[in-house]
Amino acid sequence: MSVILVFLLVIVGFVGWWLSHQRLMAKPWLEQGLIGDIIGPEGSALPTAKIGLGVFLAVVGCLFALFTSAYFMRMALSDWQALPLPRVLWFNTGVLVLSSIALQCASVAARRGEIDAVRLGLVTAGLTALAFLVGQLVAWRELTADGYLLTANPANSFFYLITGMHGLHILGGLVGLGRTTAGAWNGARPERLRLSVELCAMYWHFLLFVWLAIFALLAGWAATFIEICRQLLT
Amino acid sequence: MVDVTPADGVPPAEVAEMELYHPHSWWTKYVFSQDAKVIAIQYSATATAIGMVALVLSWMMRLQLGFPGTFDFITPEAYYQFITMHGMIMVIYLLTALFLGGFGNYLIPLMVGARDMVFPYVNMLSYWIYLLAVLVLVSSFFAPGGPTGAGWTLYPPQAIMTGTPGGQDWGIILMLVSLILFIIGFTMGGLNYVVTVLQARTRGMTLMRLPLTVWGIFTATVMALLAFPALFVACVMMLFDRALGTSFFMPAIVEMGEQLQHGGGSPILFQHLFWFFGHPEVYIVALPAFGIVSDLISTHARKNIFGYRMMVWAIVGIGALSFVVWAHHMYVSGMHPYFGFFFATTTLIIAVPTAIKVYNWVLTLWRGDIHLTVPMLFALAFIVTFVNGGLTGLFLGNVVVDVPLSDTMFVVAHFHMVMGVAPILVILGAIYHWYPKVTGRMLNEAMGQFHFWVTFLGAYLIFFPMHYIGLMGVPRRYNELTATTVMTESAHDLNAFISIMAFLVGFAQIVFLFNLIWSIRHGREAGGNPWRATTLEWQTSETPPAHGNFGKELPIVYRWAYDYSVPGAKEDFIPQNMPGSFGSSREPA
Repeated sequence: MSVILVFLLVIVGFVGWWLSHQRLMAKPWLEQGLIGDIIGPEGSALPTAKIGLGVFLAVVGCLFALFTSAYFMRMALSDWQALPLPRVLWFNTGVLVLSSIALQCASVAARRGEIDAVRLGLVTAGLTALAFLVGQLVAWRELTADGYLLTANPANSFFYLITGMHGLHILGGLVGLGRTTAGAWNGARPERLRLSVELCAMYWHFLLFVWLAIFALLAGWAATFIEICRQLLT
Repeated sequence: MVDVTPADGVPPAEVAEMELYHPHSWWTKYVFSQDAKVIAIQYSATATAIGMVALVLSWMMRLQLGFPGTFDFITPEAYYQFITMHGMIMVIYLLTALFLGGFGNYLIPLMVGARDMVFPYVNMLSYWIYLLAVLVLVSSFFAPGGPTGAGWTLYPPQAIMTGTPGGQDWGIILMLVSLILFIIGFTMGGLNYVVTVLQARTRGMTLMRLPLTVWGIFTATVMALLAFPALFVACVMMLFDRALGTSFFMPAIVEMGEQLQHGGGSPILFQHLFWFFGHPEVYIVALPAFGIVSDLISTHARKNIFGYRMMVWAIVGIGALSFVVWAHHMYVSGMHPYFGFFFATTTLIIAVPTAIKVYNWVLTLWRGDIHLTVPMLFALAFIVTFVNGGLTGLFLGNVVVDVPLSDTMFVVAHFHMVMGVAPILVILGAIYHWYPKVTGRMLNEAMGQFHFWVTFLGAYLIFFPMHYIGLMGVPRRYNELTATTVMTESAHDLNAFISIMAFLVGFAQIVFLFNLIWSIRHGREAGGNPWRATTLEWQTSETPPAHGNFGKELPIVYRWAYDYSVPGAKEDFIPQNMPGSFGSSREPA
C-alpha cells in the first residue's frame, strides 16, 4: 500500500499548504465585520469548473495509485509471470503525446482568439485520441493472439484491467471533447469556449501523465526504480 | 475587540451571481430537480426507505438469535443474507448517503450562503445514480439464489464460492455492481460539496467562520473522495475474479472436491483495499455527526462552542489520521507483529483529537442555558454513546485484547455503539432540529420525547448486554448456538431480552416516521427561526427556503456562527449576517 500512501502524502501536503493560507489561526470570536475586505475576496480566483476538475483528477489519481498498489502487492506472489509488452504501445504513447500537444495548441489559440486554430487543434486531438484507443485494442488483440489471455496469469489480468480503466477515462474525456468541438463550430461564446478547451487540455495532460506512469509500471521499469530506491534507503 | 468593518459603509455583495436553472414543469421542479434542497430530500427519503429494509433485516436476525429454532423461514443461508444486507445498507446506503447526500445537500449551500451547489446538473445525476445503485441492491433480493450472504466485508474467497449464498448466483454480482454505481454517484455529489464550500461562500464567510457542521461534512467528503476509490478497485477486481475467472484475490482452492481454475491470488490484498476504504468510512460517518452535534449543543445551550479552532483542527486531524489505521481491522489476519504495533499506536493516537472534541462539547455545556429540547436530548445522548463506544474502541485497538475478542459479540456491540447508534442519534436530533426549516412546521414534541427515550434507553438495553455476552465468549457470525460451553442458560436469556428490546426500539422508529408525515400538515407553525439560531440557513426570507435560497441578495457575513448570549447584545443570539459590534466586555484580542 506504499504507492497510495505516497500519493496521499502529496495530497496532504497540498491540502496543508492550502490550509496554511486560510488563517486557521484566526480567532473568529474576536473578529466582527467584513474580513473579506482585508484579505481579499472569498474563494479562489480560478474558475470554479477548473477547481472541480482538479478535485476530480485527484480522485482519478487516487484510483490509479490504488491499482498500482494492488499491482505491486500481487506481483510479490510466486505465480507472477511478466508479459512482453506489444511494440504498438510505443506508437500509442507517441499518438497520445501528439493529442496532448494538439490540445495545448488549441488552448493557446483560444487565448489568442484564433478560432480556426482552435478547431484544428480540437479535431486533431480527438482523432489522435481515437487512434490511441484503436491502438490499445490492437495491443489487446496481439496479446490474446499470442496466448496471453486475461485469466492465464495475474500480470495479464492487471494489464487488461489497468489499460482498460485508462481507456474508459479517455473515452469519457472524448465525450467532453466532442461537446467542446461542437461548441467551437456552433459559435459558443469565446470565453466559454476558452474555458472548455482549457479544461479538456488539463484532463488530457493528466491522462497522458497517468498513461506514462502505468506504461512504466506495466513494462516493469517502475518495479526496477522502486527496487533501486529501496536499496538506496537500506 | 477587532472590528473589521470598513469605515465607508458596507460595499454591495460582489460574489458573482450564479446562473440558476429555472424549472419549467412539475417534473423538473420536483422529480428531476437541480435544486440542492429537493435533491437532499430525495436522498434522505431514499436512504430512509432502504434503511427501513435494513431495520427489518435486523429484526429477522434478532428473531433467530433470541429464539433459535422457532422460525423455519430463517435458514442459515437466509441469516447470512440478512447480516450482509443489514450491514452494507446501514453503513453505505443509509449513513453515508444520508449524512453527505442528505444533510450535505441541504445544509452546505444554505450555511455558506450560496444560491445552490456549484454544479447542479451533476448533483442531480448523483442522486439518480444513487437511486439506481439502491434499486440494483434491492433487486438482488428477487434474483435467483437471493442476495449475497458473504458478510458485509465481502471477504474472498468465500464471497464468490458455492457455499456462500449468492456466491455463484446473482447475489454477489449485483452487490458489487451496486457498490460501483454508488461510488460513481457519490463522486459526482462529493465534487459538488467540496467545490461549493471552496468557491461559493458568500462575502465575509471565511473558512474560520463556517459552522462546524459544514467543516464536518466538508472534511468527510474530502476523505470519502479519497477512500471510496479503494472500495471501487476492490469491487472491480472481485467482479473480474467472479465473472471472468481471474485470480486477483482467489488462491488455489478445492471446492466440492473439484480444483477451481483460480490460483495464487491473495485474499489479504482484498482486506487491505477494503479496510483502506473501511476505516476512513467510520470517520466519513462520524465527522458530519461531530459537526452537527457541535451546532446542536451550542444552539440549545445558548452558548458559543468551546474551542472552535481546536474543533476545526481536530476534525482535519482526525480526517488525516484515519487513513493510517486501517489494518487494526486485520489483527487476526496473521500480519507481522511490528505492523500490529504500528497500527495499534496510530489507532490510540486518533483518540487524542477525538477526546479533545468530547471535552469541548462538555465544556460548551458547562454553565450553559441548557434547553432540553428533543434535538438537544439526542445531542446529549450522542456524547454519552460516543464515549461509551469509543472506550471499548481503546480495548479493541490493542492487539493483545483484540485477538481473543475479535470474533465475539463484543466487537458487534462496540461498532454498533460507536458507528451505529451514535451517528443515528445525531441524524435523528438533526432531523428534529432542521425539520422546521424544511417544512415550516415543528415535529410533534410528545411523540419526539417518546421516540427519544425509547430509542436512547432501548439502545443501551440492546448493546450493554451484548458487550457482556461477548466477554463471556459468545462468538459472532453464528446463526444458532445451542449446547455450547459459552452459551449458558443466562446467555440465552440475555439474547432473548436483547431481541425484545430491538423490537421495541424498531417500533419507536415507526412512531418517528409517523411523526414526520403527520407533522407536515398538523405540526405547529415554526416561523423562520424557531430555535433562535445564528447560522445563515435560519435567516432566509422564506421558510421553507425558495429556489435560490436567499431572496434577491445574498447575505453578508459579519461574524462567526456562535454568537450566543453575547453580553451587551439585545437578544441572546446574533445572526451571522447582522452587522454591528457587540460584546465589548469580552476578553481583549
